[in-house]
Amino acid sequence: MTNVDDKAMRDELIQFIAEQKKKPGPLMPIMQKAQSIFGALTIDVQELIADQLGIPMSDVYGVATFYSQFALEPKGEHIISVCMGTACYVKNIEKVMEKLSEELGIQPGQTTPDRRFTLEATRCLGCCGLAPVIMIDDQVYGRLVPSDVPDILAKYEK
Amino acid sequence: MDIFRSHVLVCGGTGCTSSESPKIMDKFVEEISNAGLDKEVKVVRTGCFGLCEAGPVVIVYPEGCFYSRVKVSDVPEIVSEHLLKGRIVQRLLYHGETKEIEMSLDHIGFYKKQKRIALRNCGVIDPERIEEYIAFDGYKALGKCLTEYTPQQVIDIIKQSGLRGRGGGGFPTGLKWQFCANEKNEQKYVICNADEGDPGAFMDRSVLEGDPHAVLEAMAIAGYAIGANMGYIYVRAEYPIAVKRLEIAIGQAREMGLLGKDIFGTGFDFDIEIRLGAGAFVCGEEMALISSIEGHRGEPTPKPPFPAQKGLFGKPTIINNVETFANVAQIILNGPEWFASMGTEKSKGTKVFALGGKINNTGLVEIPMGTTLREIIYDIGGGIPGGKAFKAAQTGGPSGGCIPASHLDTPIDYDSLISIGSMMGSGGLIVMDEDNCMVDVARFFLDFTVDESCGKCPPCRIGTKRMLEILERIVNGQGEEGDIEKLEQLGENIKNAALCGLGKTAPNPVLSTIKYFRHEYEAHIRDKKCPAGHCKALLSYVIDKSKCIGCSACAKVCPTGAISGKIKEPFEIDQSKCIKCGACIGKCKFGAIEKK
Repeated sequence: MTNVDDKAMRDELIQFIAEQKKKPGPLMPIMQKAQSIFGALTIDVQELIADQLGIPMSDVYGVATFYSQFALEPKGEHIISVCMGTACYVKNIEKVMEKLSEELGIQPGQTTPDRRFTLEATRCLGCCGLAPVIMIDDQVYGRLVPSDVPDILAKYEK
Repeated sequence: MDIFRSHVLVCGGTGCTSSESPKIMDKFVEEISNAGLDKEVKVVRTGCFGLCEAGPVVIVYPEGCFYSRVKVSDVPEIVSEHLLKGRIVQRLLYHGETKEIEMSLDHIGFYKKQKRIALRNCGVIDPERIEEYIAFDGYKALGKCLTEYTPQQVIDIIKQSGLRGRGGGGFPTGLKWQFCANEKNEQKYVICNADEGDPGAFMDRSVLEGDPHAVLEAMAIAGYAIGANMGYIYVRAEYPIAVKRLEIAIGQAREMGLLGKDIFGTGFDFDIEIRLGAGAFVCGEEMALISSIEGHRGEPTPKPPFPAQKGLFGKPTIINNVETFANVAQIILNGPEWFASMGTEKSKGTKVFALGGKINNTGLVEIPMGTTLREIIYDIGGGIPGGKAFKAAQTGGPSGGCIPASHLDTPIDYDSLISIGSMMGSGGLIVMDEDNCMVDVARFFLDFTVDESCGKCPPCRIGTKRMLEILERIVNGQGEEGDIEKLEQLGENIKNAALCGLGKTAPNPVLSTIKYFRHEYEAHIRDKKCPAGHCKALLSYVIDKSKCIGCSACAKVCPTGAISGKIKEPFEIDQSKCIKCGACIGKCKFGAIEKK
C-alpha cells in the first residue's frame, strides 16, 4: 500500500513541500498530506520529508510518534474509531468495543489480517448527544447497543 | 430578492448529519419541487439546534414547528400535509418529558431558560452562505471597530464587558488583549484554539459548524485591537464538517474583501489560515498548541514568557477559544453594559454547556452564568432517564471534578465551581446516575490523562501513572488501607509541581470524588464491594432461588456454560466459570438474577 517509489505520489508530495516551505511552521501540514498520499508515514516517507525540508530525521520522527493520528504502518481500508469520551463511557461504549473486537477478531489498535478494518479507541468525537458512538471513516453511528454491530459491519463487506 | 412564504430548516450539525439529515434535506428539495412549491418554500441547511436528543431535527417557519426524529420517509407527509395543506403533522412534533405535544421552540422547556449569544446563529442561518451571516448583522461589528474605534477603545470595550476565556482558564479576555497590544513588535498573531479536546464538550464544534463567520469576524477584530495581521485556527482533524465549513467561510470572506488586504478600505490587513491538529489532547494547552503550529511535538514550555510576550514563532500572540470569540461581535454591537448585565459578579454573560450522559435532553445549552445545576439538569435537561437517582455531575472534563447532589443549588460560575472542587473547563457537563461508580469514573479520567500526558515533566508523566496504578488496584478489589491517603498526597503534589494546565488539573477528578464519595472508595477497599454494581472484579451474579422458575433462558445465553440446573427448578451460577458479562440478567424475565 505504501510505495515511496511511486513517482506520481512522490512528485505530488515534493511539490506540496515546495509550496509549504515558503510558510512558517510547515511540518505538520506536510506530514498530514504525506499520510493522505501514502496511507502511512513509513520510515522511507519520513526520510523523504526530512530530506526535502533539510531538517534532521529525528525531528520528523519525533512529531510522527507524538501525535496519535500519524500512523507509522499502513492502516486498514476502513478505520473504526470507537469514542472513549465520558458521555460514551457512562453509556457503556465498552460493551460496543467488546462486540467489535469479538466480531472482527482483533484488539483495539490492530488491523484485520485481510486489511479491511482497523479498530481504534479514539478521543471524544464530540457527538455526545448520540452517545455511545463510533465513527467508520467519516460516518458517525450513534445511540448504539452491541447488537447493532454486525449490521453496521455488514455495510462495509464487499 | 425572492420572498418565500415558508422556510424548512434542516439541522446540518454532526449529530443530525450522522442520522441522515443530508438525505432528509435532499428529499425535501425533491418533494417540494414535485409539489410545485419551489418558488414558495425554501429549504435551508443550518447548524446545530442544540437538542441533539431529538435529532434529526426539522423546523418549519413561520409556524416554528419543531419536528423531531424525522425520517426520510416522513418527508412526503410533511410536504403534502403541512406545506401544501397547512395541516401540522402532529405525530412528528417534539414530545417533551411531559408527553404533552410541544409545538414550537418557545414552548419547549429545553429552550425556555436559555439565552443564546454565542450560539445565536446556530440553527438559524445557513453556515455556508456568508450573505445569511451578513443579513444577521454579520461583519457589522468589524466595520464599526475599524471605522469608529481605535484599537485601545476596542480593548476597553472587551475589558468593560467582563468577558472571560471560555476555554477553561477563565482569564479576562480584555486583559489578555491589552498585554499583547502593549508589546512593541512588527509582527503579532491571533490564534483561535479550536482543539476542543475535553471529552464530553462539543460547543466549539457546533459554533464552527453552525456559525463559522462569527469566529472569523472576531479574530479580525482581535487582530485590529492588538496590531496583528495574521490569524491561525487550530482545529481538530476529527471535526471534518467544521473544517470544511471554515474553509468555505474563509474563501467567501476573502472574496468579499472581509479578510485579506485593506479591509473596508481602512488600510487594515488580516488573513486567516487553518491548521489541523493531529490528535493530542495536550495541544489544547496554549504553549503546546503554539509548539504544534510551529511544527514540533506538542510540548508545553514554562510560563513566563507568556504568549502575549513571546508566542508563535517568538512573536507576541493571543490565543482565545472558539466560544470566547463567538461572543465578541455581539459585545461590540450591543455594548459592554449589555453583556455585563448578565451573569454573576465576577462571571459575566452566558456559558454554553454540553449536556450528556444520563440525562433526558442531551445537547447544547447556553445559559446565563449563575444558573444553578438543578435548573440545568432538571428544567432544561429534563432530568434523569428511567427514574434513576442523580448521583453526580462531572464538569471540566479530565481537569474538573464531580459535583454531588448536595451542591445542586450552587449557582454556576468560574469561581463557585472551583470552590466546590471542580472547574468550568470548556463546558462539558456529564450527568451520572446511581449505576455509575465514582471510583471507576476517576480511574477513567486518570487513564485518559496518562495516555495524553506529553511526558515532558515528571510530576505529570510519573505521578499520574502511579495514581492510575493505585486506582486500578482499587477497582480490581486489591485496594489497601492507606491508598486513599496516598492518592490525596500524590494528587496535591502533582497539582503543585506539574508544568502545565494538563498536569496541574489532572488529579482533580480523583480528589473531588474522594472529597464527596469517600465512602465508595472505602467500600471498594475495605468491603471489596462496588456500591454502584459497576466494577466487574467486585461483583458476583447470583440467582435468587425464590424467584427463579427454572426456564433455562439464562443458561442458554451464558457464553461460558456457568449456569446449570434442572428445568422447573431453581438454576445456579458457578462463580468459578462466570465471566460477569451480564448476558443472563438481560434474558431473565423474572428479575431472579442479581448483581451483588
